Amino acid sequence: MHTTRRLLWPVLLALVTAALLAGCAKRSQQEAPATPGALTLTGAGATFPYPLYSKWFAEYEKVAPTVRINYQSIGSGGGIQQLKAGTVDFGASDAPLSDEEMKAMPAPVVHIPTVAGAAVIACNLPGRAQRLRLTPEAIAGIYLGEIKRWRDARITASNPGVKLPDLAIAVTHRSDGSGTTYIFTHYLAAVSKTWADRVGAGKSVDWPVGIGGKGNEGVTGVVKQTPGAIGYVELAYAMQNKLAYAEVRNAAGKFIAPTVASTTAAAAAAVGAMKKDVRVSIVNASTPTAYPIAGFTYLLVYREQKDRAKGEAIAKFLLWAVHDGQKYAPPLLYAPLPLGVVALDEAAIRSLTHGAKPLIAEGR
Amino acid sequence: MLGANVGDRFFKWVLLAAAATVLALIALLGCELAQASAPAMRHFGWRFIHTSTWDPVHRIFGALPFIYGTLISSFLALLIATPISLGAALFLAELAPARVRDGLSFLIELLAAVPSVVYGLWGIFVLVPLLRPVEAWLGQRLGMVPLFQGAPYGIGMLAAGVILAIMVIPFITAVSREVLRAVPRSQREAAYALGSTRWEALRGPVLRYALPGILGAIMLGLGRALGETMAVTMVIGNRPEISASLFQPAATMASVLANEFAEATGDLYIASLIEIGLILFGLTIIINAVARLMIWRVAGAGPRGVQE
Repeated sequence: MHTTRRLLWPVLLALVTAALLAGCAKRSQQEAPATPGALTLTGAGATFPYPLYSKWFAEYEKVAPTVRINYQSIGSGGGIQQLKAGTVDFGASDAPLSDEEMKAMPAPVVHIPTVAGAAVIACNLPGRAQRLRLTPEAIAGIYLGEIKRWRDARITASNPGVKLPDLAIAVTHRSDGSGTTYIFTHYLAAVSKTWADRVGAGKSVDWPVGIGGKGNEGVTGVVKQTPGAIGYVELAYAMQNKLAYAEVRNAAGKFIAPTVASTTAAAAAAVGAMKKDVRVSIVNASTPTAYPIAGFTYLLVYREQKDRAKGEAIAKFLLWAVHDGQKYAPPLLYAPLPLGVVALDEAAIRSLTHGAKPLIAEGR
Repeated sequence: MLGANVGDRFFKWVLLAAAATVLALIALLGCELAQASAPAMRHFGWRFIHTSTWDPVHRIFGALPFIYGTLISSFLALLIATPISLGAALFLAELAPARVRDGLSFLIELLAAVPSVVYGLWGIFVLVPLLRPVEAWLGQRLGMVPLFQGAPYGIGMLAAGVILAIMVIPFITAVSREVLRAVPRSQREAAYALGSTRWEALRGPVLRYALPGILGAIMLGLGRALGETMAVTMVIGNRPEISASLFQPAATMASVLANEFAEATGDLYIASLIEIGLILFGLTIIINAVARLMIWRVAGAGPRGVQE
């Protein structure tokens, strides 16, 4: 009895160690791919396009069964950092890299716009039946804190016959860094010199006024709860939750409602400028049907791929995504790329190389 | 055959290793935070702690609004929670009949099990609409006091303080109740023997005996309140601004980290956020150390016995 008691701990320790070692051995066995020739690509980054990317990866597996793609939606910042560190094969970001950030990357990076999104202005005006119409000056004035009440002349001027409540405007914005903020602040910087000088544009900014809500849900929660509130949310979110939104006047002078079609129109208007630099902002487009507060989300890859097989797989996937993948966008409430941008993307994908030879041969 | 001596020494080293691992983890955490925030420390120096601007576009970062928000929301929470918790603890330890005591203890401890995010959601959809008329009333009656000025949106420092108070109550109550129960019966009986009423006995010997432990419980609550992230970020308004009014939105260190870290790009931005993490880490350690010193001083002066 005494012997058993003394032997108990050493035996237990030996058993636990054996179990751990067995577990390690089993795990390393599982890491080897099940089918020979199977390739796994890893990507990380933006959360905004994650639902669409998940659909793409699942559908692409049917097209190319030997390629598996893993994606971690850790945020654009994380995606860029992982790409820089070389731990992922591609990154995803709602905001393009600035010139400074491009220089900080170890090798040249190619931006591939994949889909477009928009920022919808949601309002809570009790007792109002019709759609509100807002001019760029009104939106900028509200977010600068210069327009404090709904009955201000700058708002009533574009809404004749609509009885606006005599409430103070409760301004809401995103507290977390987000691509939607990036699009919205770029719009404000484009339509208001005061905003461009004082605040600037980015995924997070120093807002002059307003309450910050976390995520689209946070902003929507505040807007729904507070009479007289105004906020901006992602197009897909606004449509799924049927939020009351405002029509915004675009550069052509028309009041446009935010839809998938009007967002694609905004993207189409920028094709000319994108030929010089694909990172150009597409806000405040001048075509009559374009919604003015729109922007792309990008996939980022190195121009020179280190691994031929992986590079070819990435290039083929990207080619599929900008052509066949676009049809999955509208049902998920993302705006598909206009043909002009698809052509630009194809040129960019064909410029990817391995050892100075293009990954995708001409004509494929 | 293993001698008892060898076994004992081996056991001692294993326990020492366990304790050393904990210390090593804390030291490692501090070192990693300091290393990662070095670019921001080099760029801003001590200015970081007293600058009020947080501008990611122009790359000007200052932690003061977040430090202010964290401290004020936590102390507000303690201010609200301490009387309620102590009252509940006294009731549970001294006055409640056995059945009520067990059921009520269980329910209070259940509050601690609710996830932070759920508190945040409850805050947005229940607490904030409730606070709006309260804030409106306070603004009307006590509007001359700077604490109660500004638009009563509901979302702001007051909402954060109330939610933190609710989250902190179960901790303070549970520990205080245990501390009060640990007071030896002899103390109470001596008080009754001298002719004191129930309330006088509680207020005098019992509470004084339990004071170090109760202070420890309050500090535990403060520690929880300082680090609380999700619930606060949903109701505090996330505005990096220092304001005297409780109705205005504010921001805390934990909330800005939760909000901006995932999407932060740029070395200075990320390093500044990590430096805020380092400050929070340091602040928590300092406050806990000060609390511990306070308790030692009180425990040294008062009767010994309760070691929490």
